Amino acid sequence: MAIVNLKNVTYKYPLTDTLVLDGINLQIEEGEFVAVVGPNGAGKSTLCYMLAGFVPHFYKGELTGTVEVAGVETQESSLNEWVMNVGLAFQNPFNQISGAKYTVFEEIAFGLENIGVPRKDMKERVERALEMTGILDLAERSPYSLSGGQQQRVALTSILVMEPKVLVLDEPTSQMDPIGTREVFGVIRTMAERGMTVVLAEHKMEWIAQFADRVIALHEGKILLDGKPGEVLTSELLDGKGFGISRYTSTAREAQEQSLWPNNKNLPVTLDEAVEGFTPNPSPSPLKGEGS
Amino acid sequence: MRIEIKDLHYTYPGDVKALKGISLTIESGEQVAIVGQNGAGKTTLVKHLNGLLQPTSGSVLIGEWSTTEETVAKLASRVGYVFQNPDEQLFTKNVHQEVSFGPKNLGYESEKVEALVEDALTLTKLSDQKETNPYDLSPTWRKMVALASIISMDTPIIIFDEPTTGQDAANIERMANAIAALRERGKTVITITHDIDFCAENFERVIALAKGKVLLDGSANAVLGQEEILAQTYVDPPQLTRLGLRLGMKEVVRNQEEFLNAYKKHAA
Repeated sequence: MAIVNLKNVTYKYPLTDTLVLDGINLQIEEGEFVAVVGPNGAGKSTLCYMLAGFVPHFYKGELTGTVEVAGVETQESSLNEWVMNVGLAFQNPFNQISGAKYTVFEEIAFGLENIGVPRKDMKERVERALEMTGILDLAERSPYSLSGGQQQRVALTSILVMEPKVLVLDEPTSQMDPIGTREVFGVIRTMAERGMTVVLAEHKMEWIAQFADRVIALHEGKILLDGKPGEVLTSELLDGKGFGISRYTSTAREAQEQSLWPNNKNLPVTLDEAVEGFTPNPSPSPLKGEGS
Repeated sequence: MRIEIKDLHYTYPGDVKALKGISLTIESGEQVAIVGQNGAGKTTLVKHLNGLLQPTSGSVLIGEWSTTEETVAKLASRVGYVFQNPDEQLFTKNVHQEVSFGPKNLGYESEKVEALVEDALTLTKLSDQKETNPYDLSPTWRKMVALASIISMDTPIIIFDEPTTGQDAANIERMANAIAALRERGKTVITITHDIDFCAENFERVIALAKGKVLLDGSANAVLGQEEILAQTYVDPPQLTRLGLRLGMKEVVRNQEEFLNAYKKHAA
């Protein structure tokens, strides 16, 4: 059964005339890891806010159609109910960190305190979450003394600790170092495998292709493409619309023009796919890759 | 204008040692990218260039000025700094005022201010947004306003802290074009970035920091090909560099053109 169910959804922010989301139909199954891509202004953040209930409960504005997440319909519920099911990590961690806590440990515990989790369970859950995202060593630091990437890990951890059914992430690694980004994608993948549903707005095509199950390409508030990462991210329909593209894809496309990329091979998004296509005369030997 | 950093150490209150002996020289007109792990000391380092931070020990010279002897206000005439988060630096009612603020404060006469503002707005594609409140723009465009408000100060040295964070492909290209224009004007551009592909395509020299020290410093190809050493500071080589390495190409490549040329030789 779909845990996220959007039917004919349109949305306008207050005092504006433009539909930021325009006729969205979207079903997401429990445990799916879905990436949302698109140029800035396509509606990615708005979609994230909508899944997390901030649209319309916090931002107000005009919503039509139905938005249902974890069996609750947005128009009929309050934000308080909503946060029990859905967790949102903001694009800018400065906007998320409470400002009320002196240490990272307390910051991560803040959400649990608010829903009345017993002290002992709280400590355990916070420690587990800190370990999972690799920031145990930051536990006693002030959230404000951290670098941008470290703050993003704190912001993500403070959502993970709530164990939401649906995890919504708006560019959660935008300020992270490259290997840190890969690690965090790995953590998110693990959460999805444990049954958490993940919706991730992101520009980093290579890691989307490697970790996500499905990609939705948004453009001007509409769903342009919806499918497997390898198909969506190499589609020519994305050309000239401001979508990011992996260097593997763009280079293989140019190579194809120069007959340097095999015609029978799909364009690559990940390193492994690119290596495969660019390896001259790949041998069909089963020993391939064993260093023979 | 030459930048000379000698044995720079910096310790934050609470005894967090952020910089542990950095020595670097950056010549006039160089285009330098600084990469490295979160918490490596990148932002701490560049905050020393305009005096926002003062060395715990060691020294920083901007031209002949020592940053310990000059005020931040005076250093601002030589070093412009575009913050990572534009919201930390934008505060006026409209884009025009925002972009005029810097050159006005440097004491330029109004004609010169106007010319500098026009130029900066053209370079950042903001000419039609002069009357707009910066906070009515999307975060993407606020970043461009922050950039314009520094370009308009016409400093010989410009620092960008994470210019591509949260930017889409079109805006990253606008950013790259602005940096190219600054390069042509002979400006020194120093950029902190995690976007290693952006780094590879736009910068000639790369400095990798790790735990408060310089790990690697050299030409982009020389530094970006060091996969194992870069991993120590949580940096992956650029996508096409990694592809070249995996295919066993002899030379290190960092953009599409270099890759395809090397690939033709490799495959032949």
